[in-house]
Amino acid sequence: MAALAWMVLLALITVISVVIFWGHYWWFPVDISTHGAAMDHQFNLTLMVCAVVFVASQLGLAWFVYKYRDRGDGRKVTYSHGNNALEVTWTTAATIVFVGLNLLGYHVWAQTHFTGASPGALRIEAWGEQFQWYFRYPGPDGQFGTSHSELMNDGTGNYLGLDRVHDSVAKDDIVTATLAIPANREVELVLRSKDVNHSFYCRELRVHQDLVPGMEIPIHFTASDEALKNGEAGTPGRYEIVCTQLCGLGHYKMRAFLQVMTEADFEKWLQQQAAMQ
Amino acid sequence: MADAHAEAIHVHHEPTGFIRKYIFSLDHKVIGKQYYFLALFSVFVGMILSVLMRWHLVWPDAHIPGLHLLSAVGAPHDQMTPEYYLSLMTMHATLMVFFVLTTAPQAGFGNYILPIQVGAEDMAFPTLNMLSFWTTFLGLAVLVAAFFVADGPPLSGWTGYATLSALGSVAGPGEGTGQNLWIISIALFCVGSLMGALNFIATLLELRTRGMKLMRLPLTCWAWFITAILALLSFAVLFSAGILLMLDRVGGTSFFIPAGLVVNDKLITGHSGGSPLLWQHLFWFFGHPEVYIAILPGMGITSHVLSTFSRKPIFGYRAMAYSMMAIGFLSFCVWGHHMFVSGMSPYTGFAFSVMTMAIGVPSAIKTFNWLGTLWGGRLRLTTAMLFAIGFVSLFVTGGLSGLFLAQPPVDVNLHAGYFVVGHFHMVMGVAAIFGMFAGTFFWFPKMFGRMMNETLGKIHFWITFIGVYCIFMPMHYLGLAGNIRRYSRFTEVNFLNTPHIIDLHMFMSIAAFITAAAQFIFLFNLFWSMFKGEEASQNPWEATTLEWTIPSPPPFDNFGGRHAVVHHGPYEFGVPGAAKDYIMQDSPEEVPAG
Repeated sequence: MAALAWMVLLALITVISVVIFWGHYWWFPVDISTHGAAMDHQFNLTLMVCAVVFVASQLGLAWFVYKYRDRGDGRKVTYSHGNNALEVTWTTAATIVFVGLNLLGYHVWAQTHFTGASPGALRIEAWGEQFQWYFRYPGPDGQFGTSHSELMNDGTGNYLGLDRVHDSVAKDDIVTATLAIPANREVELVLRSKDVNHSFYCRELRVHQDLVPGMEIPIHFTASDEALKNGEAGTPGRYEIVCTQLCGLGHYKMRAFLQVMTEADFEKWLQQQAAMQ
Repeated sequence: MADAHAEAIHVHHEPTGFIRKYIFSLDHKVIGKQYYFLALFSVFVGMILSVLMRWHLVWPDAHIPGLHLLSAVGAPHDQMTPEYYLSLMTMHATLMVFFVLTTAPQAGFGNYILPIQVGAEDMAFPTLNMLSFWTTFLGLAVLVAAFFVADGPPLSGWTGYATLSALGSVAGPGEGTGQNLWIISIALFCVGSLMGALNFIATLLELRTRGMKLMRLPLTCWAWFITAILALLSFAVLFSAGILLMLDRVGGTSFFIPAGLVVNDKLITGHSGGSPLLWQHLFWFFGHPEVYIAILPGMGITSHVLSTFSRKPIFGYRAMAYSMMAIGFLSFCVWGHHMFVSGMSPYTGFAFSVMTMAIGVPSAIKTFNWLGTLWGGRLRLTTAMLFAIGFVSLFVTGGLSGLFLAQPPVDVNLHAGYFVVGHFHMVMGVAAIFGMFAGTFFWFPKMFGRMMNETLGKIHFWITFIGVYCIFMPMHYLGLAGNIRRYSRFTEVNFLNTPHIIDLHMFMSIAAFITAAAQFIFLFNLFWSMFKGEEASQNPWEATTLEWTIPSPPPFDNFGGRHAVVHHGPYEFGVPGAAKDYIMQDSPEEVPAG
């Protein structure tokens, strides 16, 4: 009885688990980056491999428990201490599948992480603090002014500690609460933190990277046309950015928005922001 | 045999005073039970915290009756604050990882069973054994005290990432006294574990009885031995890291704090040159072996129980022992897979990724061999056996999701989300706990001299097995949809504040409440059986290893002054031509088939 219950139950768990994955009832959101498709492909490939192993081993387990249950008939067991040929076979097979899968994903990682941004990329800084995001654009001079810790003061609105009086490079820096980017243009985002670790995560952009105090961590990506066609809450180009590294009591509300625009809209937006500094 | 008879028998009598017998006992069996009950206390507290968290996650504004009694600040009017949620999460994880998963399978069962299985009278260093328990106890007391400090319990998570954990109370509630107590608790735990690890290693290497060659050790002993080596190497590092963190907090050092930080508009002075990433490296250098410290004893117990109740030798004994060694070795080469998006070099990340996929190979070998053990057997589906089979199912499920997280380009979109929470709860949480349940039902007769109730055991098993799949499988789906972890309220995030996400959380919470309630069946069964259970014979399961050659419960000196002599491997079941369907390890009977 227990053996039958076991077999049916485990088979059910296996089928339901797979069907929910298969039906994409809970799934990744739309991909708005140029690099995300390769990541999603690697995920799908891994899912295929895992699905085969998962179904085979769970159903195998379910079947064995049922088939070899003690029926009280005193049947002799198969006396065996193992089989070296089998050990070698499944060790080799597991090595090839696991390491092979990993190597197939190499180029996906290398493409986004082993090279820097191209020289013409739009440079933006993303700053995290408990529990806010700030983004800085270098302005017409293309350079960021120096951030002075001792000048940082949210109360006075100098979030990033810029000395706009004495530092000529800082004068035209634009600090915003929204990350606006043009579609189809590479962006280099430099991540910095004022206080503790944070993490920049935008699901649709397929970008996830920690901000570490004392480090400047550059990442790069390009938003595709797809970004303009979709958007959060019916606003085209708008996507949520959340913090995913536990940063204190307000961690759950540390978020900002990414706004993807056409190049022309972006330039207009930048000018508006510059006027508001 | 002649030697055994000629040998003088020295019976060692147990102390008669209550304190030496039950409190500051040197007897490994008493200490094993002390560890077990310490873990039992911790697991129920940890579970109740998880129920409170699941409650808060689906009804963030709910009034939880009586919660203000636990913390007037954390739960004013019985409503949990977001920071109190993080504190409960931190305490849940710290209790579960250290005081349950590291304690019961290794220090609990290992202490009780390992000396008997190798044929020893006690552990190699009984006083050290007592000290290691009481140091661990002190660590737990300090952690529990952290619940009640004025500025709130620690909330930096069980990973305690710097700089949040290093800056002190300027970084927010829970970062003052609570965080200090967390570090002290962990440091004490490390000291206790180091003493325990030394003792296990010495006992296994030095106190094996005659004939107990390494390749005749039960796989449980291999598991405890390898786990002890991992503990020795990894807890030493965590201990050092804890000291450095404490020095940053109170001694003005800068191991983890760089210059120029501004927290809540306050410039942090007096620190420069520290690296927050250094903490992550040190922590995960401990942290990854730690997950194998939690699961290896479960693997040993599962192998042991599967073979016993399949009435068949374990399939591939050597492969099982060698794969545990391989897991142990590789566990020190993979810590960076927790740090793919941390700011660590992406080249290093890829190297860690290859090693992580490689550790899947010995794990797969174990699974194949467990299936091979069942194949052609005659399965007695006792409660212990059901939990061991459940372990295999959960280990496969939880292990496979690791293949996603081990690949940096896939991990990017799953990191810090519920996919990860589902993964590690399945494998190092629930699978390891199934190992403990299997061990409890299997060794209870030996430890307490009575049988546990099988009907209650099976009811508990079925509810728990279905329950854990209902709780933790959906976490994987939520992770794909971008559900991030360590959030006390999903309502603040637009993409989470939808019925699609919240309803699934509701389902998981209800499953969690039912599963948690079912654990009281186990608790009742445990204590009821201790006093009212059917009396156990010496070898109720018809098992082969040495603990079943002595009375239940065993006398103070285990073998009554005799020295067992081992003639066989640990899993001689179903030997063709043998008198019975099992041959005890100390039986002089020849194995007819060879």
